[in-house]
Amino acid sequence: MLSQLAASFIAAFAFGIIFNVPKKTLFACGIAGAVGWLSYLFLIHFKMDLIIAAFISALLVAFISHLFTKMYKAPIIIFSVPGIIPLVPGGIAYDAMRHVVEQDYFTAIELAAKAFIISGAIAMGLVFSEVLNRMIMKIIR
Amino acid sequence: MQLNSNKIIEACLLAGKIMLENGAETYRVEDTMQRMATSLGVKQSHCFAMPTGIIFSIDEMEQTKLVRVLERTIDLNKVAMVNNISRRMAQGEISVDEALLELKQIDESKPEYPVWLQLTSVSILSGWFLIMFQGKWADFVPAMISGGLGFAFLVYVHRFAKIKFFSEFLASFVIGFTAIWQVKLGIGTDLDKIIIGSVMPLVPGLHITNAVRDLMAGHLVAGLSKGAEAFLTAFAIGSGIAIVLSIY
Repeated sequence: MLSQLAASFIAAFAFGIIFNVPKKTLFACGIAGAVGWLSYLFLIHFKMDLIIAAFISALLVAFISHLFTKMYKAPIIIFSVPGIIPLVPGGIAYDAMRHVVEQDYFTAIELAAKAFIISGAIAMGLVFSEVLNRMIMKIIR
Repeated sequence: MQLNSNKIIEACLLAGKIMLENGAETYRVEDTMQRMATSLGVKQSHCFAMPTGIIFSIDEMEQTKLVRVLERTIDLNKVAMVNNISRRMAQGEISVDEALLELKQIDESKPEYPVWLQLTSVSILSGWFLIMFQGKWADFVPAMISGGLGFAFLVYVHRFAKIKFFSEFLASFVIGFTAIWQVKLGIGTDLDKIIIGSVMPLVPGLHITNAVRDLMAGHLVAGLSKGAEAFLTAFAIGSGIAIVLSIY
């Protein structure tokens, strides 16, 4: 568990460097990544569906990114993109690719569809959180 | 007034161009440009941004300008700096001339981190991704090696080839190749995990999320073309790995 926490923090931190985020926001990127990945693992541990788990984790990442946006006065993608990268279904997409090579197209398409839906769920989580945020801000004002 | 409005258009377009070239969402580009124009006293402006170009026009004057955006990289620091300028303009802290000067500096500035640091972080990243995908610690260094080599190919081949699809394809080919040989030589153990870990830094996560976000915000043209870009990248990576796997 501790290694997973360290892994997700360092991964999001390093992704921040690859995407050239401002230096002062690197730490926040790491936190966003760790929160997203840990909640994903937690939800999967309790037998939650992969797609719903990805959606909820992305929602959480986006929520935290909103808080960071206020703190650092920087665009939200700086935090949300490194944060959701660990959730991207790279493993499933790779498996799909493998089955294509083995000419097992049936399984390949099944896996590819799954990877596609999970990435859709992540993006939806991000967008929903933004819409919710705007609604809340409007109600407060 | 004539000269001034030329400057307004120039500043807005330059800001939009920098943001688009460095990985901002299209809707944010349009939003920022319109806010900048409003803060400079323009009543009605129209802006149409796509991943490959921006059209900007102001109602009060008979002038419309277009800029092409050919090369797109990811440099979120520049996006943040432009964002900062537009915020200061909205608060009336800086004039058009100052903003234009700063935007030109941003446009020419170097990325926040040097290439060697990015290479190191990619290889560290590949190792930790392997751990996240339940790989063994023994495969940590092999993943670092193939991930780092793959990214080095991506950066240096792109300088000569200038075609993103080709350099991404070659990068993932190198990753698959080194991963297979490391497993064959007994340095690595689990081939699948090594490949997944070292391919993850190349995955077009930013483009996918930007594409869906633009689509949902109603920017259909921009969303679809960003999606096509992401799909092309994913396809390049996938086919690079697939070819290695089918050879061995």
